Amino acid sequence: MHYNTGYHGEAVPLVRRFVELFRDAETVCVPSASCVAMMREHYELIARNEDDPRLLAEVQALLPRVFEFSELLTKKLKVTDVGAHFPHSVTYHPSCHSLRMLNIREEPLTLLRAVDGLNLIELPNREQCCGFGGTFAVKNMDVSTAMLAEKKACVIETKADVVTSLDNSCLMNIWGGLHRDGSSVRTVHIAEILNSVKGLAGGNA
Amino acid sequence: MTAREEILARIQGALHVRASDPANGHGKIERTYTRTTSMNEHETIELFIDRLVDYDTEVIQVASDSEIAGAVAQSMTKAQETALLAPAGFPQEWLPTSIAITLDENLSHVTLDAEKTVITTCEAAVASTGTIFLVHGGTQGRRVITLLPDHHICIVRRSQVYSVLPEALAAVTANATKPITTISGPSATSDIEMVRIRGVHGPRSLTVILVS
Amino acid sequence: MSIRVGKAAKAPAFPIAAHKALENNQLRANVRRATTTIRNKRALRVEEMPDWESLRSAGAAIKQHTLAHLDHYLEEFVRNCERAGGKVHWARDADEANSIAINLIRTYTPKDSTAPVEVIKVKTMTSDEIQMNHALEREGIVPIETDLADMIVQLGKDEPSHIVVPALHKNRTEIRDIFRASMAQPELTDQPEDLTAAARKYLRERFLRTKIAVSGANFAIADTGSVCVVESEGNGRMCLTLPEVLITLVGIEKVIPSFGDLEVFLQTLPRSATGERMNPYNSLWTGVTPGDGPQHFHVILLDNGRTKLLEDEMERETLQCIRCAACLNACPVYRETGGHAYGSIYSGPIGAILSPQLQSLEHSRSLPYASTLCGACYEVCPVKINIPEVLIHLRGRVVREDQKTLKGKLGVENIAMQAAATIFRSERRYEASQRLARIGQLAFERKGLLTNLPGMAGGWTATRDLKPIPSHSFRDWWKSRNNTTWSPKSNMSQGGAN
Repeated sequence: MHYNTGYHGEAVPLVRRFVELFRDAETVCVPSASCVAMMREHYELIARNEDDPRLLAEVQALLPRVFEFSELLTKKLKVTDVGAHFPHSVTYHPSCHSLRMLNIREEPLTLLRAVDGLNLIELPNREQCCGFGGTFAVKNMDVSTAMLAEKKACVIETKADVVTSLDNSCLMNIWGGLHRDGSSVRTVHIAEILNSVKGLAGGNA
Repeated sequence: MTAREEILARIQGALHVRASDPANGHGKIERTYTRTTSMNEHETIELFIDRLVDYDTEVIQVASDSEIAGAVAQSMTKAQETALLAPAGFPQEWLPTSIAITLDENLSHVTLDAEKTVITTCEAAVASTGTIFLVHGGTQGRRVITLLPDHHICIVRRSQVYSVLPEALAAVTANATKPITTISGPSATSDIEMVRIRGVHGPRSLTVILVS
Repeated sequence: MSIRVGKAAKAPAFPIAAHKALENNQLRANVRRATTTIRNKRALRVEEMPDWESLRSAGAAIKQHTLAHLDHYLEEFVRNCERAGGKVHWARDADEANSIAINLIRTYTPKDSTAPVEVIKVKTMTSDEIQMNHALEREGIVPIETDLADMIVQLGKDEPSHIVVPALHKNRTEIRDIFRASMAQPELTDQPEDLTAAARKYLRERFLRTKIAVSGANFAIADTGSVCVVESEGNGRMCLTLPEVLITLVGIEKVIPSFGDLEVFLQTLPRSATGERMNPYNSLWTGVTPGDGPQHFHVILLDNGRTKLLEDEMERETLQCIRCAACLNACPVYRETGGHAYGSIYSGPIGAILSPQLQSLEHSRSLPYASTLCGACYEVCPVKINIPEVLIHLRGRVVREDQKTLKGKLGVENIAMQAAATIFRSERRYEASQRLARIGQLAFERKGLLTNLPGMAGGWTATRDLKPIPSHSFRDWWKSRNNTTWSPKSNMSQGGAN
């Protein structure tokens, strides 16, 4: 949020803090594509701009162990069927950062197709941004709302019960708009879908 | 300081860290895109015709030079045209005898504007984009003669057709400082609601006579 | 110095201009239809190119190489152009370029001429950038735009809203009304064929009678001294061929090293710009050719702020642009607002990075924020300008400048960002703030929702609901979870969708 809004200096301690917390982790799983995108696209640049070779080295050592949630399952753990049960019609919104910065395209769809009971419906014009964009949503509220209106219309067109994504920020935006309109479509992060099993609240919700 | 000196000084000031010398750096640019293809002549010609037709170009294939005049007459008859403009020195045998011919001997713009049909040869062509290269002068004519008339008939030899743009561009490089026009279909615009309209200011019809 | 980018000096901030644009449903429908059409055509034509990514990389590499040796290639171009009979002039800024053009037009106008001096123009964004038409008109010179879209804009006393299709915000009925009013053709229908035919007729006599033309250039080629203009309608060929005098305005970043480099750009530009395999016409000429075309050829090389972008490598990327406008068509923000909201003739993502760098203005400080950083622009850019990265870089500049002022320091956003940065640095503070927020949000919670938050967050809740921070956070759950080992197909921990 800080870096993308232009608060570059303020982002440095956050990078240091991240490295400090996770430097010993074997694998870091991040349930947000845009967070992973920030790390992969900018952490090295931030360390370089700080002229801090130690930080740079630590970032470089840590980054290969950082995975977005669906990447971790499919690429590192080589799992496509996690044994989940989710008897709902679901449409998938590929978040911009997952798509264009992490190049995650098929992975989440593979995972969702393997979920028992799940009816996956393609979202029209799915690669278009939902209008969130961090502080964009408040700085350019009108445009953000107009973009969200297009996304909402596409979601409604699918008649799905649930919209899922790799990014909670998009889902917060899409839910906020749908709910304001009185729609009952729910937004559920992909991790929650994959964590749903028969007989438990999630699976039957 | 003159403007030239000042702008160059600004550039030199901004680029204080210099890479290698320009020619060397330019030579090292990675060009992994398609520069030549292994398409055979038949495939290339098929593709060329497909692209021409796709962009509303009339294509007439002839087996030899002796059939060119007939093809010209055929195209003009179809378009109900009766007079033909050709560059000065254009081979007589390619022009139909049944049609009034005007040779461009530095004709005025107003005279040329009254002409309906013009014929030229070309320098090279690109199959994958349906593009014709005119290197102006000689039988390819001055620029203006293929601009004011409404129908351009262009003679293209099969041997002049390259499969991709880099090959054709390489073929015209020796003439790079002459005026060059590339033509891909008739003039067109999509400025009004993205509807493609054929024929704005340039010729509204283009005919390619493809000669073996 | 008079660095100018169109009328940008008088433009309102992007959110304000966008608000106005969003209220115009006709405009939005026009923009949406046009951008969708070009976007789809582009995708089709790019898909059939297996070497597209290689072409993009080569295009970027050629441009980067040229910019790193810009002085060398400009001088090489000048030498070769002048050797072939052209004359090159250098202009530091907008005023200098305009006065060079005006002097040239005066020089070539017979002293005893009483009729108003006319010049025909072929689409040049650079001339819009320096507001050349206004400068000419002030001198009593009549500029005639000949590109169909530019003509629509000029006759409608409008501003271009797109780099390649400047009148894309107008539909056929609006265009018919403009033509009816200015061409004395009351019977004109709104059929695109008829409108195009009317433009042809209107311009043909002007092409034939006008002695001086002004053009832009897509490429200035150093090793031959040639200039290349890429177009579709044939108005370009008319302007480049019929007049006696040709004045070509070229931004200094338009130079490319060699004729052979066209093999990259003539493949990427048309596909990116209009979704065509090749545009109908490309014109290339070198100086003056006896007996063919204008016998007096002048080039004006324009800086107008461009050299300022060279020093920083990230800013320099902006100068790689070949003005294809693919980023405009791909941009979900442009799609909603159209081009005028950007307050500059350079609109969309490229405008959002180009305008603020050429001309530092109050309004242009809002432009780097006119993006969600979704990356669609970068994905389609044929010369790989990482627009989102440059936007973030420019945002950093805006923030740093703001933080130097007391007003900026005390601004709500700065305080919030500083506070958040402090909180995010410490687990203890993060958890405490979550607890605090849970209490604080009670005041705004209605039926378990946040619908009316104060301050900046009000920008969210004006049109969107927000779920309150849950009483049980992920962190709480993580701490209290069963220490079961995870394996595929096993029953995993509880939790699930809520």
